[in-house]
Amino acid sequence: MSAESSPKIVIVDESPIRAAILEEGLREAGFTGVVHISEMQSLLARIYALDPDVILIDLENPSRDVLEQMFQVSRAVRRPIAMFVDQSDAASIQASVEAGVSAYIVDGLKKERIKPILDLCISRFNAFAKLQDELDRTKSALEERKVIDRAKGILMKVKGLTEEEAYVLMRSTAMREKKKIGEIAQSILTASELLK
Amino acid sequence: MTTPLHIGFIPLVDASALIIAVDKGFAAAEGLDVTLVREVSWSNVRDKLNIGMFDAAHLLAPVAIASSLGLGHVKVPIVAPFNLGLNGNAITVSPALHAAIMAEIDGDALDPMTTALALARVVAKRRKSGADPLTFGMTFPFSTHNYQLRFWMAAGGVDPDEDVRLVVLPPPYMVDSLANGQVDAFCVGAPWNSIAVDLGIGHILHFVSDILVRAAEKVLAVRQSWSEKNPQVVAALTRAAAKAADFIERPENRPEAAQILARPERIGVDAEVIQRTLDGRLKISPDGARRESSRYLLVGREGAGRPDPAQAAWLYAQMVRWGQTPMRPDALRTAMAVFRPDLYDAAMGHSAAAPEASGAIGAFVGPAFDPDDIAGHLAAFKIGHWKP
Repeated sequence: MSAESSPKIVIVDESPIRAAILEEGLREAGFTGVVHISEMQSLLARIYALDPDVILIDLENPSRDVLEQMFQVSRAVRRPIAMFVDQSDAASIQASVEAGVSAYIVDGLKKERIKPILDLCISRFNAFAKLQDELDRTKSALEERKVIDRAKGILMKVKGLTEEEAYVLMRSTAMREKKKIGEIAQSILTASELLK
Repeated sequence: MTTPLHIGFIPLVDASALIIAVDKGFAAAEGLDVTLVREVSWSNVRDKLNIGMFDAAHLLAPVAIASSLGLGHVKVPIVAPFNLGLNGNAITVSPALHAAIMAEIDGDALDPMTTALALARVVAKRRKSGADPLTFGMTFPFSTHNYQLRFWMAAGGVDPDEDVRLVVLPPPYMVDSLANGQVDAFCVGAPWNSIAVDLGIGHILHFVSDILVRAAEKVLAVRQSWSEKNPQVVAALTRAAAKAADFIERPENRPEAAQILARPERIGVDAEVIQRTLDGRLKISPDGARRESSRYLLVGREGAGRPDPAQAAWLYAQMVRWGQTPMRPDALRTAMAVFRPDLYDAAMGHSAAAPEASGAIGAFVGPAFDPDDIAGHLAAFKIGHWKP
């Protein structure tokens, strides 16, 4: 049985980067049969054609409900499919939902073979979320930097201050008003726009 | 002191009472600090409610029952102290299927028996000519939409598992799928039927109220264990939702309610489309034809907010009829116990008049529904996949 060698894993994810991170992790762990689906049209037909043992889907994907249909015995596919998460797996469900991923397991694949796949999936999803978070923070820090530089320029021009003095003025104002320096800088830009 | 709550919802018009309860301050007035979380799938709402990431949720009534029975997923007992809506769905068909049905129709097109019989003739002709079976979209295996479509077509002699294909589609994909021919028809809640009509790619064939006079649609769902630990919070939330429902039902408030609901972080469609749904004045055809119904969607009027266990029994009977679960008396009791009129009454401090048991469902075909005799009830229907 192919499931005994390396289970066939399908990743349903519209984010190509996250899917690549997950796919790479699975390959490194020795799971060679990994296929990524990024196109949601005719999702079930694609999945049935691939005939996977495990399906991983991100929780931002509305098509998750489509997968729930696999549990219903239907005319198209009479093969029973069950989800791995049963009563005893509350911790696994919690961890995967919090990480933003869900696993659907086709009947026949042993439970102990699923655990490492799901664990890897959770850790990669968490890693991706952290990366995304860092990226967002870096982006907003960069944005803030730009705003502060522009506000500094305005203060230097209007009030005839040096760069150092302009910065100190913004910082002390921010402290006095209990605001972030970025917010003060933004107010200066807004005010100068209005007063143009 | 305020109680912080996280409540999940799917952007649909039948989440109105919940959204208005929060955005018009009814929840805050009850001492609740609610964060509404917009979700993309019923599976997510169910799972996040089950594991406690949500304290409460806007949930498909059959999902609350399935979760309490452990069908399709982990067994987590759910209770519903408030019914967020009765009816509200519609069946929309492509212009091609609409024309095919109208060519076969023999009688009043508003009569679901007439359309179901016409559909049966369309299906038979397609089979004869070797055409692919028709495909119908619905929102979830345990959904009112699934059962309503099945109930309707089976009445005309169409077996939903053998003669056509029923597929799950997320509501936001319904309209595209109808436009690109992936499905020939769908049953979904508002606003998606109206959007298909506005785009000129669909005709509303039926309001669900044509098929069932009263059909529980979405409930305010909480975990049973949580409700037992937090009875005051459950009561406060129920009152907030009931007050919001009353607010929405007053016609003079509808424009304001629709504006709030239209916000991108809420339902995120035109206020005008939302108001059409609340008013029950729907454009049903791309040529502009309108249809009015006082029963299209009931948010709070006619005792809609009070959960009716007979509704839960009817939904359980559909699960049995279509082979999702075997008939078991204890399971029926569990299903009925999901709908909690007692919690509603305790919260409101009074008992709203319960509808007559025989008139609770009001299906267009078959005997009056009797929760005490589901086997006898199901025996009255020819098509089904259950074993007595």
